[in-house]
Amino acid sequence: MAISTRHRRKRQSPTSQQVRQLRPSGIRKYFDLIASMEGVITLGVGEPDFATPWHIREAAIYSLEKGYTMYTSNLGMPELRQELSRYLKDTYNLTYDPATELLITTGVSEALDLTMRATLDPGDEVIMPDPCYVSYSACVALATGKPVMVPTDPENNFEISAADIEAQVTDKTKAILIGYPANPTGAVMTRDKLAEIAEVAQRHGLLIISDEIYARLVYGVEHTCLATLPGMRESTILLGGFSKAYAMTGWRIGYAAANPEITAAMTKIHQYTMLCAPIMGQIAAVEALRSGENSVAEMVEEYNRRRLVMVKGLNDIGLSCFEPRGAFYAFPSIKSTGMSSEEFTEKLLLEEKVAVVPGSAFGQCGEGFIRCCYATPLANIEEALSRMKRFVGKHKRA
Amino acid sequence: MLKDILKILEKDARTTTKQIAAMTNTPATEVAGIIKQAEKDKTIVKYKTIINWDKVGNEQVWALIEVKVSPQRDVGFDSIAERIYRFKEARTVYLVSGTYDLLVLAVGKTMHEVANFVSQKLAPTEGVNGTVTHFVLKRYKEDGEILEGEEEVKRQPVTL
Repeated sequence: MAISTRHRRKRQSPTSQQVRQLRPSGIRKYFDLIASMEGVITLGVGEPDFATPWHIREAAIYSLEKGYTMYTSNLGMPELRQELSRYLKDTYNLTYDPATELLITTGVSEALDLTMRATLDPGDEVIMPDPCYVSYSACVALATGKPVMVPTDPENNFEISAADIEAQVTDKTKAILIGYPANPTGAVMTRDKLAEIAEVAQRHGLLIISDEIYARLVYGVEHTCLATLPGMRESTILLGGFSKAYAMTGWRIGYAAANPEITAAMTKIHQYTMLCAPIMGQIAAVEALRSGENSVAEMVEEYNRRRLVMVKGLNDIGLSCFEPRGAFYAFPSIKSTGMSSEEFTEKLLLEEKVAVVPGSAFGQCGEGFIRCCYATPLANIEEALSRMKRFVGKHKRA
Repeated sequence: MLKDILKILEKDARTTTKQIAAMTNTPATEVAGIIKQAEKDKTIVKYKTIINWDKVGNEQVWALIEVKVSPQRDVGFDSIAERIYRFKEARTVYLVSGTYDLLVLAVGKTMHEVANFVSQKLAPTEGVNGTVTHFVLKRYKEDGEILEGEEEVKRQPVTL
């Protein structure tokens, strides 16, 4: 007997509305293009070009040989939390109880996601700079929150302004999310400007989520950890990791440092969804904290040389670039060519085989810019600049 | 500034003045001046290239030689070391702590040549009490550079 059409259920999409509404990655098509081309110099990566220092790898390899392949505590290995607590104390004079205020996560990415899911109710607003790292607005949206973008610009060194933040505060605002040193701009925030933001947060009872994954990669300036500002430790969720400073991107180890209530909330989600960060990554992270300082200093020195070459080179070819003081990105303007970020990126790739990332992938205020990563050997940077000079010469607006 | 320039040149002696100027945010003329002075006062002793001679079939024999000496009154080890390092076969000479006194890296075309250097020139040198010669069988790493090609590990070409 045929099933009555009256009772046939209307076909639904198998995916959730939330996911369907998420903006897709702005770089997928370039990835596919590059895969089909030979001889591309890529300034489009977002990770170090160094392998993890050998002593860190060796510690993990040895642990595998000894059979350390099991789960760890949800919060992370006690030794790692102890070392991390010591590190934060030595570096910032911040005291976090390793038992209740530190959570080891699978990369800072997971820490960011947990933070949103642990703190946001549906419709809660989170204020953040534009442009910014693509995951920020996505994680807020996935946690049923609403990202609120605050424009930044090179005239102000891409620092987000406290006044602009305050202008966006509503009764639905839950938190401010910042990440300095920043991806994609390479911008850093001065202590004074951070203090102004802290005041806004305190005035309105807001949380601040501070993604400080690039904290060690600063050049000629000192990084200010937001949680060190007066009165901010309790209301700051400090996110950090090992990916950029220790070249441990693939190990997937990060952390969140926050007051016990927030840490417990994040742990609740973490224990159901991830259980624990990978043990071999955690063991490597212990070694990194104990003995990795020289390696970090060497890498930072090398990044700095490349930074100077990259920024000078971009300015010399007419792509005006404010001086980035952190991370490993330069964010030059391509407005002199009259092209959009995507057009510039695609043409540069096809005509000169240089891959960059369009600034528009990072937000509306990224339109008219490109992101150039200098985590690549100097020879690549010089060759890329030479090709870009030729490209700009051909396409410069009269 | 001098140290920054020296670090760059030690890593790659072919780095041009213009490149160093960009890397250190210093005018090229200033960089050139600093380098010239460093060459003059022998802070920069030499610009060197590390060659893997095995790849061109040009065989060399390397030996590390432990040398025990009797230090001389008033001058210590220096005059004996000087007599040794004046031999062109002695590529490197260090004064070291431990069970012997001088470590000499000798290079020759053949094992025979190196052995002759040790027996006829090095061992009979006044003040030398004894030598132990270790022939280098394989060079893995030289001056911070791995000689056997390391496998290039590719990254994803674009990541956010």
